[in-house]
Amino acid sequence: MKRLTKLLGKTLIIAAGFSALSASADVLQDIKDRNLIRIAVPQDFPPFGSVGTDLKPQGIDVDMANYIAKEMGVKIEIVPVTSANRIPYLQTQKVDLVISSLGKNPEREKAIDFSTPYAPFFLGVFGSKDVAVTKIGELADKTVGVTRGSVEDLELEKNAPKSVNVRRFEDNNTTLTAYLSGQVNLIATGNLVAAEIAKRQPQRAPESKFMLKDSPCYIGMAKGETALQAKVNELIKGALASGELNDISMKWLKAPLPKGFGA
Amino acid sequence: MLYFSDLLQYSDVFLSALKTTVELTVLTTILGVVLGTVCATVRQYGNRAGQRVVSVYVELIRNTPFIVQLFFIFFGLPAIGMMLSPWEASMIALTINLGAYSTEIIRAGLASISKGQIEAAKVLGLNFRQTLTRVIFIPAFEKIYPALTSQCIIVMLGSAVISQISVQDLTYAANLVQSRNFRAFESYLVTALLYLGLSILLRFAFNALGKRLFAYRTSN
Repeated sequence: MKRLTKLLGKTLIIAAGFSALSASADVLQDIKDRNLIRIAVPQDFPPFGSVGTDLKPQGIDVDMANYIAKEMGVKIEIVPVTSANRIPYLQTQKVDLVISSLGKNPEREKAIDFSTPYAPFFLGVFGSKDVAVTKIGELADKTVGVTRGSVEDLELEKNAPKSVNVRRFEDNNTTLTAYLSGQVNLIATGNLVAAEIAKRQPQRAPESKFMLKDSPCYIGMAKGETALQAKVNELIKGALASGELNDISMKWLKAPLPKGFGA
Repeated sequence: MLYFSDLLQYSDVFLSALKTTVELTVLTTILGVVLGTVCATVRQYGNRAGQRVVSVYVELIRNTPFIVQLFFIFFGLPAIGMMLSPWEASMIALTINLGAYSTEIIRAGLASISKGQIEAAKVLGLNFRQTLTRVIFIPAFEKIYPALTSQCIIVMLGSAVISQISVQDLTYAANLVQSRNFRAFESYLVTALLYLGLSILLRFAFNALGKRLFAYRTSN
């Protein structure tokens, strides 16, 4: 009985210590003290994060992580995560930042804090250079290819003029084939898909016409780390101004940042 | 629980889809059977080169899947500068498909006409064209009429595949409605019944036409 009480007491002390630690923690200061930042990146989601032929992680998120570490002047530890465990990694303090194509939504905002956006992620209408459309109202009498039942299909149905000719295909690949074969000159899809076409068929690289639904990527961090959040936001602002973010977008998405990005 | 009323707001979609399917069926049935008749005649009575060409066509179409033929015409041909609309591509694919199958069916009918009958026509002074149209075709078609009817219905049902290249036919409508209200059971059941109705109608039409074409049987 005595031993048990002792054990219980010890556990309580340790637990108290932990909670005190997390309450008083200033992650930005910790990073500086240990001269190391731990950043979670995806490794199975190109072009954000994947493993290159040299077996090193590569992608938008990896470039972004390296940029942050370089600007902070600390060493970097890249921690590969999956989309399911990226937020738990942050909550259990295994990493300092999550740069993992993370979108913002109210549920996530309850659990973690976000930076300003660093990479574009959106559904939009893309097409060849000779088609002149700049907004959804100009789609009247035009033909747009889309994958049936997708979010972009529903967005088009909801917002496009009635006279638009929507050609719906069974799956993403058929929609892409329709665009690549010239059967449609406009497609509604995600910017990642458009980037993939640009990579495979540069001569028919689709150009972004306008957005249907915007959901850019943010850097995630533990809740209440205002110092870290301010620092990261400042670095993103700098990268946006210096053109670094645009370079990353050009490199991996074969397209410049959308107009007004981060504004 | 079933919710057929959820389909009501899509009745326009189903109606225009029904129209597309019917139009394509009527057109391809006529064109396909004409194509098949010409090819069968060439294969049965034509010169060697003609027979070769027809048999290559028939074997090529009968030994490849319809969807591949359709994708080749719609997605493949633009690479050599032949851009066809989904509707045109479907019409051509269905016609050449029916043409190939009906060639073989009609040829069987032609082969069943006894040589004596053709020789009799010759003796009576009919030229080859007259022999074909007045002596050979009617009894030849009569023999293979049920098989030809079935083939046309098969092609009509097979036209469901053209929804894959975004032709707004019945299957396209079913898929679209199902992707909007997730009433899969109701959408596909209604569509299946519409196809069934079309099949029955097509069979009726063929029977009515047959009664006229082969009237000499009953009138004497």
